[in-house]
Amino acid sequence: MILTWLIVILLIGGLLALPAGRLGRKWPAVISLAAISADLALVLFLWAGHFIGPTSGSRWLIQYQAKWIPQLGIGFHLGVDGLSLILIILTGFLGLMAVASTWTEIKERTGFFHFNLLWCLAGVVGVFTALDLFLFYLFWELMLVPMYFIISIWGHENRYYASVKFFLFTQMSGLLMLAAILGLYFVHGQNTGHYTFDYTALLGTHFAGAMGRWLFAGFLAAFLVKLPSFFFHTWLPDAHTEAPTAGSIILAGLLLKTGAYGLLRFAVPLFPAAAHTFSTGLMAVGVLGILYGAVLAFAQTDLKRLVAYTSVSHMGFVLLGVFAWNELALQGVVVQIVCHGVSTGALFFLVGALQERLHTRDLDRMGGLWTGIPRFGGTMLFFGLASLGLPGLGNFIGEFLVLYGTYRVSVIMTAFAALGFVVATIYALWMVQRALFGQKRSDEKIIDLSLREIAASAAMVAVIVWLGFYPWPLLHTARQGLTHIRENVQMSQPAGSPATLPPNEVPKL
Amino acid sequence: MMTGADLIALLPFLILGGTPVVVMLAIAWRRHHGLTLGLTIVGLAAAFLALFGVFPRLPQQTTPLIALDSYAFFYTGLIVAASLAVAVLSYDHLKKREVIREEFYILLLLATLGSAVLAASTHFISFFLGLELLSVALYPMIAYERKSDRSTEAGIKYLILAAVSASFLIFGMALVYNSYGTMEFSGIGARFAAPGGPAVLAVVGFALIVVGIGFKLGVAPFHMWTPDIFEGAPAPVTGYVASVSKGAMFALLLRAFTQVPLPYGSRLFMIFTVIAIISMFAGNLLALFQKNVKRLLAYSSIAHLGYLLVAFLASGPLRAVAVTFYLAAYFITTLGAFGVVAVLSDHDRDADDLEDYRGLFRRSPWLTVIMTAMLLSLAGMPLTAGFLGKFYLVAAGAGSSLWMLVIVLLVNSTIGLFYYLRLIAVMFATLPEAAPSPAVPTVSAHGHLVLGVLLGLLLWLGILPAPFISFIHLLIPTAG
Repeated sequence: MILTWLIVILLIGGLLALPAGRLGRKWPAVISLAAISADLALVLFLWAGHFIGPTSGSRWLIQYQAKWIPQLGIGFHLGVDGLSLILIILTGFLGLMAVASTWTEIKERTGFFHFNLLWCLAGVVGVFTALDLFLFYLFWELMLVPMYFIISIWGHENRYYASVKFFLFTQMSGLLMLAAILGLYFVHGQNTGHYTFDYTALLGTHFAGAMGRWLFAGFLAAFLVKLPSFFFHTWLPDAHTEAPTAGSIILAGLLLKTGAYGLLRFAVPLFPAAAHTFSTGLMAVGVLGILYGAVLAFAQTDLKRLVAYTSVSHMGFVLLGVFAWNELALQGVVVQIVCHGVSTGALFFLVGALQERLHTRDLDRMGGLWTGIPRFGGTMLFFGLASLGLPGLGNFIGEFLVLYGTYRVSVIMTAFAALGFVVATIYALWMVQRALFGQKRSDEKIIDLSLREIAASAAMVAVIVWLGFYPWPLLHTARQGLTHIRENVQMSQPAGSPATLPPNEVPKL
Repeated sequence: MMTGADLIALLPFLILGGTPVVVMLAIAWRRHHGLTLGLTIVGLAAAFLALFGVFPRLPQQTTPLIALDSYAFFYTGLIVAASLAVAVLSYDHLKKREVIREEFYILLLLATLGSAVLAASTHFISFFLGLELLSVALYPMIAYERKSDRSTEAGIKYLILAAVSASFLIFGMALVYNSYGTMEFSGIGARFAAPGGPAVLAVVGFALIVVGIGFKLGVAPFHMWTPDIFEGAPAPVTGYVASVSKGAMFALLLRAFTQVPLPYGSRLFMIFTVIAIISMFAGNLLALFQKNVKRLLAYSSIAHLGYLLVAFLASGPLRAVAVTFYLAAYFITTLGAFGVVAVLSDHDRDADDLEDYRGLFRRSPWLTVIMTAMLLSLAGMPLTAGFLGKFYLVAAGAGSSLWMLVIVLLVNSTIGLFYYLRLIAVMFATLPEAAPSPAVPTVSAHGHLVLGVLLGLLLWLGILPAPFISFIHLLIPTAG
């Protein structure tokens, strides 16, 4: 029941925020803050229970199941394992950061803005908890419309084009997934006579001929677009650049993660054989994405676009790790998801703050900012370094583990992926250098980070440092979920596949 | 020979037939708008209740013309409930306009009777009777605002086109009768499926019948009238044409082609497939360019009928349930959307320009919420009836492996989102500072009530649909 509340609190918060805009501009933000904090408190409570309580062998730390539309075999089935738990905590955390960023940026129609924000987050939490494919698809769609509004109403200059492109890509791919979900439903129903959308029941469905590969492709379409992987990434730079800061934070920090989660939870476990067939190709696409995103990031002059392209690069590691499919790589994927979410969220937060002050995102019109706003400069430098994978910060752990895991599958891929580190160093340092140092372009006095912005940045810095030095709590929780996910696939995979490599100990970092 | 039991089984239809007479006499006795509406509501409500009263006696064979079975009763219920909503919405709308108001309800009741007969018919005679009753009542309803050029034009257009399509229909019926010597659907179905394949003349006849049906449904390529009539007719009438008139015809279509087999790959199947595909594309692509909300909804309704045909072409247990659920959702959504258009209209013109909706959220958050919910349901977004409806259609199509139709449906539902979302974005947009702020619309209490009920139904079917689905399973035979 607590899982239902996680979603319901956000939905109700959204409904309350809608009329609250009439009371005053700040009220909706306050409601958002309260709703998200309540969610975060609940889920942290769950997390604490996971550490303190006895570790039972069951797959779900907590689950809730109720009848919903029994005529179609649809149940209201929510469940959380270690993986989902981490992602929900991330959702709550970045949700707070997003609200913090809206405080002065969003000036008009705040009620509707926060309604969209909270409903989008509700969709994200739903995606991370749904264990019924119909329900999953419902939440998948639920994320989309509010985000469209956030971009198209409160976005920057080119917002209409960006919002439509975002919508076209994600909606179309989502509908392909719907077709695949239904295909899976009917295949399973015809095999067993039991028509159901329940995730646990659908695991291990047997497919004849190429059916499994087609259905896998349907799921893959949705997740690769959301991730986004190379080839499907073109919506991302536009959407991230044009969205308001809160929108960018949620897009980069959470919506991309739903793609990664979808791969881990649904695409691979439901279609292990098909996933195995495609794994090498998909890993190659991941490597391509790493290099391509990094090189393009280097070529940008729009600061926000630059950060957007780094996302393409970093999510390439996720794709690589997922299809390497051994414990090390998957652990790395989880750390990468969290750290990328926080560090990129922070970068968007800072760029947003900068834009509010300078009214530009153009790197050519910046420079020498450090002297005027040192607090901003220091924070920016920190997240720049995190983004390039400096040892001691969380992002390094994630990317390193992914490479470590991939090494056991393919040395060549690892070698090329490691090149990504080099390019990342170039673009990150270049970005910092051009924005913060060098010639001052204007003598206009600008205000340094406010207390609110410092508090938000400090929280994000703390998370990155914590994960850089002591990622064990995260790895421990992730392992609970990943073990079950991997177990399932190992059973039905042919010998010699990546997943059947001997399980590795988590290194004591 | 009619027995008492037969008469009781026919009670809902008798009430529907008697009410216009009562209303007419009442008008002759005393011309009073409120009283007329009251009688109409009483009549429709009585017919609705009678459906439940008679239900335990079903099915009953009273006449070969109409089937008194649960299927007919379900659709009659849907039609009567929708007419009730239209009657209440029309009341406010007529009050704003300088027209003779009372006679409108007679026409509405007659059209409703015609629709109910269509939904129940199992025979060419009743098919044609119902159709003409509906069409003839709709001509004056569409042209009801005689002082408006657009309304008159729409009425005449509808009259001519409907008459032409009816002649196609009746000629097709004649050809089928000529081949098979029967006008009952079941008899035709049996002969049609007989070994040796269908007679050539019968196939030609069916093709002509499809033209007549296609016109009434407003599917491409017989959709040309839809935008003009939707634009010209008064908003509540448009809602009626979009929901009841099309829905009744679809109910008939589904019944007829449950009895006449429609095997995969047959000529008729291909005809319907082509109609479905071009309806979806034509409706959605043309809707993209509309600046007029009523025209936009007209094109969207063309597309939605195309979606419905996907489930109609499917086979298996999901077919009838999918069509029925989708139609119910479509009724609610269409009436809700046109209801908002109706209550926003003033004494002079209907609120059909996109600009009428700019910044509506500031003026009337409640109406904006309703319109947004309706549009999201048309777009098939979660938590609304339209989402599950679309899901049912795709499921029915996928269950019969009609992958091409399913893919076309999915592509189109993506295209469709553009114009729905654009309209929603307009409603939430801000007005330029300089512009004079338009008046806040005043809506009567019963207007609010109808829209509120529709919104409630929309969310109910979207969030907790299980009871309603059980109800459909109970009433609609799923075997066919």
